[in-house]
Amino acid sequence: MAKLQFVDFGGTARMVEAPNGSTVMEAAIKNAVPGIEAECGGACACATCHVYIDDAWQAIVGPPTSMEEDMLDFAYDVRPNSRLSCQIKVTDQLDGLILHTPEHQA
Amino acid sequence: MSDVIKTDALIVGAGPVGLFAVFELGLLDIKCHLVDILPKIGGQCAELYPEKPIYDIPGFPSVTGQGLIDNLLKQIEPFNPEFHLSEMVASVESMGTATAPLFRVMTDAGTEFETKSLIIAAGGGSFQPKKPPIPEIETYEEKSVFYAVRRMEELRGCDVLIVGGGDSALDWTLNLQPIARRVTLMHRRDEFRAAPHSVEQMRSLVADGKMDLRIGQVTGLRGDNGLLSSAICRGSDNSAFDINCDAMLPFFGLTMKLGPIADWGLSLSENLVPVDTERFETSTPGIFAIGDINTYPGKLKLILSGFHEGALAAQRVYRYVYPDKRLTFQYTTSSSSLQKKLGVEG
Repeated sequence: MAKLQFVDFGGTARMVEAPNGSTVMEAAIKNAVPGIEAECGGACACATCHVYIDDAWQAIVGPPTSMEEDMLDFAYDVRPNSRLSCQIKVTDQLDGLILHTPEHQA
Repeated sequence: MSDVIKTDALIVGAGPVGLFAVFELGLLDIKCHLVDILPKIGGQCAELYPEKPIYDIPGFPSVTGQGLIDNLLKQIEPFNPEFHLSEMVASVESMGTATAPLFRVMTDAGTEFETKSLIIAAGGGSFQPKKPPIPEIETYEEKSVFYAVRRMEELRGCDVLIVGGGDSALDWTLNLQPIARRVTLMHRRDEFRAAPHSVEQMRSLVADGKMDLRIGQVTGLRGDNGLLSSAICRGSDNSAFDINCDAMLPFFGLTMKLGPIADWGLSLSENLVPVDTERFETSTPGIFAIGDINTYPGKLKLILSGFHEGALAAQRVYRYVYPDKRLTFQYTTSSSSLQKKLGVEG
């Protein structure tokens, strides 16, 4: 179990709980976190669950896989700390993770 | 202008639910045309997850998105549906009455239909190109910024900037390189998801000095009255530079938008189309909505729900198409008339 904090483009933070083994995207959708669309439902096929990993957490979360990096080509306003939240599996190590959602998903 | 196509049912969306509706309508002798904005059949199944297994289709422990579409196409083959691909329904005009509906439907490609029923099976809406985060890009769209190439000739002799790293970006780079004055391909990283042979061709053109490849992102545009003169860019090393161009083609994939459905005079609820659960008919008699695009109490966005919805909607469509006939319920296992339609009679 990990507590995840989503900070939207306007700066509003929302805290949600996510069970281990689920994805960050699933936690966002389950808790109706705005700014995450996840059109494809987690297939790494649409780039609409794009998030920015908070600077302090980048090393722990790690870089995208090559399939995810390919899909990030289709995301809006990609930055060095961009990830697709459907590809981040929740573990105890991610307790307290801070994620920023972009202005738009598409 | 071509002739008006007259049909019993027009289905908007050639995804799994639209395809299965052809089957249910076909069993009731209702002829269908389908319109889809994508150049291929299959909707999200084919566009978003052709190779991903789906585990909740009844009777299939596992089937891929494309596998399901292929099977559905085989299943509806006896009914010869006609597909109008790469077209979007732009307008719907009611010409009939509540008891005898009739609609005049136009696509953005100018195809015109006269249909007794309209079935919206548009899933998440229409797939439309994603726009890059560039301020004021709207003022340049369709003048010097294009998300699709309709006529290559218009770009002859132009300085063309293509942005992206997928197949569309690479294909158009290779297609336009011979006719443009200069093609520049810009991508955010020096790796490409496009087909390897296209990437190789592109790299050899760059090596021969016949086009340019720049790694970075476009952050702004310069120009006048919608006509570009250059793109303001930031390199992956944060360097700033301009690329002179008369035209820019961004290729960042597709996203789903409700699109013109919002203008068809239907009641909407949060970008979904409310329907009743007996006929799956909208607020306009003769217009139905099935699959992910509709909403009703208890709605589940599952392909199997869409199949059920299509079957029930077909019953009501029959009443509009054959107002004087009585509809007797029949099973495909035992009805010789249904088996005849399917071409499987003993």
